[in-house]
Amino acid sequence: MAELLRYDHINIRYGQSLVIEDVDFNLASGEILGIVGESGSGKSTLLKAGMGLLGKEGQLCRGKILYDGKDLGQCSEREMQKIRGRELGMVFQMAGSSFCPIRTLGVQMQEAVRAHKRISKAEFMDEALDLLNKFGFDKPDRILESYPFELSGGMQQRVGIVAAMLLHPRVLLADEPTSALDVSVQKQVVEQFLMIREKFGTSILLVSHNIGVIRAMADEILVLHQGKTVDYGKKDDILAQPTSEYTEKLLEAVPRFRR
Amino acid sequence: MRTLLRVEHLTKDFSTHGGETYRAVDDVSFSLGFHEKMAVIGESGSGKTTLARMITRLTEATSGQIFLEEENITRAKGHNLRNIYQKMQMVFQMPVDSFDSRRRLGDGIAESLINRGMKKAEAWEEAERLLGECGLGKEFLTRYPHEVSGGQCQRAAIARALAIQPKLLILDEATSALDMTVQKEILGLLDSLQEDRDMSYLFICHDLALVQAFCDRMIVMQKGKIVEEGTTDQVIRHPKHAYTKMLMDSVL
Repeated sequence: MAELLRYDHINIRYGQSLVIEDVDFNLASGEILGIVGESGSGKSTLLKAGMGLLGKEGQLCRGKILYDGKDLGQCSEREMQKIRGRELGMVFQMAGSSFCPIRTLGVQMQEAVRAHKRISKAEFMDEALDLLNKFGFDKPDRILESYPFELSGGMQQRVGIVAAMLLHPRVLLADEPTSALDVSVQKQVVEQFLMIREKFGTSILLVSHNIGVIRAMADEILVLHQGKTVDYGKKDDILAQPTSEYTEKLLEAVPRFRR
Repeated sequence: MRTLLRVEHLTKDFSTHGGETYRAVDDVSFSLGFHEKMAVIGESGSGKTTLARMITRLTEATSGQIFLEEENITRAKGHNLRNIYQKMQMVFQMPVDSFDSRRRLGDGIAESLINRGMKKAEAWEEAERLLGECGLGKEFLTRYPHEVSGGQCQRAAIARALAIQPKLLILDEATSALDMTVQKEILGLLDSLQEDRDMSYLFICHDLALVQAFCDRMIVMQKGKIVEEGTTDQVIRHPKHAYTKMLMDSVL
């Protein structure tokens, strides 16, 4: 498999403190990598670094992040704007709250697409309806006419993922995309991600504290603890035989559902 | 088994802006025995929290009755209600929000003791002992809520709830915002407290695996109604209601 996104021994510093230390992994085309860790482990920081969104305080102080061979750290803000959304899509914990509350979803999705390519309204509508249909939404036209608050939290999340997919990014960076959802909706969203990979061959970098979600989706797992990699490898190997004490403790803490 | 808490036909209506009423809890009846851990499970909007708030009297019930040790507390007020809180306490999902941000953890824990007439110095000694019981050192007495981690703050919230030696703890998603390893520690703490102090828990939760590991019995709520009730093993192995089955199929 071709290597698409590579984090090459990176360190990240926020002000004086080192929050990521020597993290190294790569994401192949069509692969799903799950990054697991507890609060403060640096999971979200890793995703932000990939998008170039570390802010003023954050700094990638060692190593490189390479997308398709290109060093993202060397890219100008202008170049990053082209890459964000179009090449690297992003999904947050509450996709619904990244929409503007007083404009319809359709208008906002169209605006996002038009920021990257010239497209007529009719073409956009065709594409959006087609994509919503593919993901099994009942009344796609109604969704585009809706304001975010008119949809349930789960619906907002599913639409947010579709919005990220409108530009057909090659990589999706997803930060706790199911953590705010009920279990039944969580399952739908997990299925939606798996469908994205199957239909579009999209690679997914999934950050979650929920081992169930990671188990259901990921091919490979990276366990992060206090900014360092404590385990990295094939999902089944890590879950069956963790090499670090911390991963063992983490897996032990997760209650198993037995029927 | 002796009954500690009994709820009969409890109903809560909220009025919406359009003047319509929304029934958040609909004719709910159940009872909880001494030394029992019972879970209330259901998805968001199923009425779990409204039910808990009615039992703890933070929300007034529209109709129905609540009995604590066979005393009708549905409309208890003032002095009476204060006495009831000596038997029943609540732990919330966001521990940091449940403490006054401008006062130290020790102030929050000692407050109920001082209100009951204990001298301040004595109350602080007791607070220190309670923190110890919950696995925190005495240095936490003088910390502010934002100076401690979520898990530490939840331990302090449990210490505060234990201060007046209640028989019943109502835990509303008390471990949901915590990391997995911390959640395990808190559940271990609750288990040992139950043994030491002979307590009962009403454990509101949406995580079925957790409920299976922790609770004796469970009720399943959907749209304000109880759709299924039984021992955790019985409900999980032989779910009768389609909604319960759906919930279980969704566990990853």
